[in-house]
Amino acid sequence: MDLLLDAVVLGLLLGCFYAAVSVGLTVAFGLLDVPHIAHPAFLVLGAYCTWLLNRYGFDPIVAGIVLMPVFLLLGMAVYRFYYETFERRGSDAGLRGLAFFFGVVFIIEVGLVLLFGVDQRLVEAAYIGKSFDIGDMRLPRRMVVAFAMALVLTIGLALYLSKTFTGRAIKAVAQDETALRLMGANPVRIKQWAFGIATAVTGLAGALLIIVGPVEPTMDRVYIGRTFCVVVLAGLGSMSGTLAAGIILGISETIVLTLLGASWAPAVSFGLLLIMLGIRPQGLFGK
Amino acid sequence: MKERGYGFWIGSAIVFAVACIAAATIKNEYYFYAAYVVIQFVVLATAWNILGGYAGYVNFGTSAFFGVGAYIAVMLIKAMNLPLGLQILAAAAVGGALGFGVGLLTLRLRGIFFSIATVAITIILETAVINWRFVGGATGIQILRPPVMEPFDSYTKMLFVCAVLLAIVAVAIARYIETSWIGRGLRAIRDNEEAAECTGVPTLKLKLAACTISGALMSAAGAPLAMYQSFVEPASAFNLTYSVSALAMPIIGGTSHWIGPVVGAILLGTVQQVVTVTISSELNVLVVGVLLVVFVVAAPQGIVGLFMKLRGKLKRKNNIGN
Repeated sequence: MDLLLDAVVLGLLLGCFYAAVSVGLTVAFGLLDVPHIAHPAFLVLGAYCTWLLNRYGFDPIVAGIVLMPVFLLLGMAVYRFYYETFERRGSDAGLRGLAFFFGVVFIIEVGLVLLFGVDQRLVEAAYIGKSFDIGDMRLPRRMVVAFAMALVLTIGLALYLSKTFTGRAIKAVAQDETALRLMGANPVRIKQWAFGIATAVTGLAGALLIIVGPVEPTMDRVYIGRTFCVVVLAGLGSMSGTLAAGIILGISETIVLTLLGASWAPAVSFGLLLIMLGIRPQGLFGK
Repeated sequence: MKERGYGFWIGSAIVFAVACIAAATIKNEYYFYAAYVVIQFVVLATAWNILGGYAGYVNFGTSAFFGVGAYIAVMLIKAMNLPLGLQILAAAAVGGALGFGVGLLTLRLRGIFFSIATVAITIILETAVINWRFVGGATGIQILRPPVMEPFDSYTKMLFVCAVLLAIVAVAIARYIETSWIGRGLRAIRDNEEAAECTGVPTLKLKLAACTISGALMSAAGAPLAMYQSFVEPASAFNLTYSVSALAMPIIGGTSHWIGPVVGAILLGTVQQVVTVTISSELNVLVVGVLLVVFVVAAPQGIVGLFMKLRGKLKRKNNIGN
């Protein structure tokens, strides 16, 4: 029973972290409808950039925040390119867009392998390697830090989307692009900004990724399952749903981990995703 | 379009005869070892194109079907020691069933969900095999090759001829689909699924058929892997690089005609072999990724499309000249 309680608490922490690595995709895929299969690859890219900055003495979280403007520009450039080459030309944009992002996944993966090798990389910080002991329970500090940051990030983005003018514009463009155009706004510029924000958030989430555990170049493959599972479970585009879905995934994973062993963990997210697509593709919290 | 049925079959017969003659005369086994991989990709690319190229549903799970084929073969060898032909047939049957199942689950949804589901299937199956002791688990399994059958003098050559035969079957099936009503239906789905449904095209049935056939061919291509490497492990049998290659080859070659995947597979497969041998296997994945992105952005119709355009231009020029 204690083991199960441990699993649930750890799953809660892990779940908020999963929500944080997925919010970028909630915006990019859920709201903007971009088939962004390369999202996890950007996440790992963010983790490696954090690792590089950490070697020069930056705290990983500070490094993640420093990365955000760079990733913002990167995301805006990627969307612009995607829009000019695929969305604007229409017709089979879906097929080609997917193939394009799948190609980008492998370019980033191999790029990282060629630059940094296939070894696992870790960061150093005061809170890594220690743990909080509460009664019999041991909570690794790195998890608690990642949890807190993840919560701040997810709630911050949710507030940005619902309270600010630009945030509401992003939601509006997701709802009805034509109406927005008729009102004299430029949907492409809003989407470009939104995709930039999504990528910037992913950069910071990458810093959390390397705080939680060691990172290697092909790690994005498992995270394809985790991020898409969270976004689909949440019901494309719902921010509060993303947080809830992340926690569901986190707790399921830690329970499976405790009961069946670590080798089954990668299948949990993909299994949940498949079940969800089969029975309720609009997600738990979708309309 | 003119019916040129005989030309295709004569061409296939010539290809098969050349493969047999090569196997009988060339002594260096390495050529067959390398050519086998290229031919295997002709099968995978052709199979991918049946659903991806004609119907526009992007399958990221080629490696799932490929790995299933390889492990069905491993299972049959370990349990009953069945011969290669039966391994391939059994793999095709299971691959077809898997394709049907995945299709049933996700082909009603938008295309991207199908794509993500295929990635999911890959990782789930890989995890299952890792946890399955009977077929070796994560460490993989060593396979003892049986003595080679007459008239071949080496097992690699036999596998090579077998792969050529499989490729001819795959291309013939793809070509049949392309020129028949099934192909027309699939193209209608790609261009506008709603309109196709409204005009009476049985879209779900056609997509399911395409997914089943495509899956069966991919698994059939994976079955000889066990014998070819005499060693199978989940991390390499289910590696996503098979998925990206099988997707890149038709797109580079051209997805609208059956010759596209063949051209793409032979070109890219050969480049991959050369790069792997001369530089590194990481770089060969980079080459695939970069070429895929370049073609998807700059030449979406692929090499076949570029060729057609060039021919059209020349014709027009000649007409003006006359």
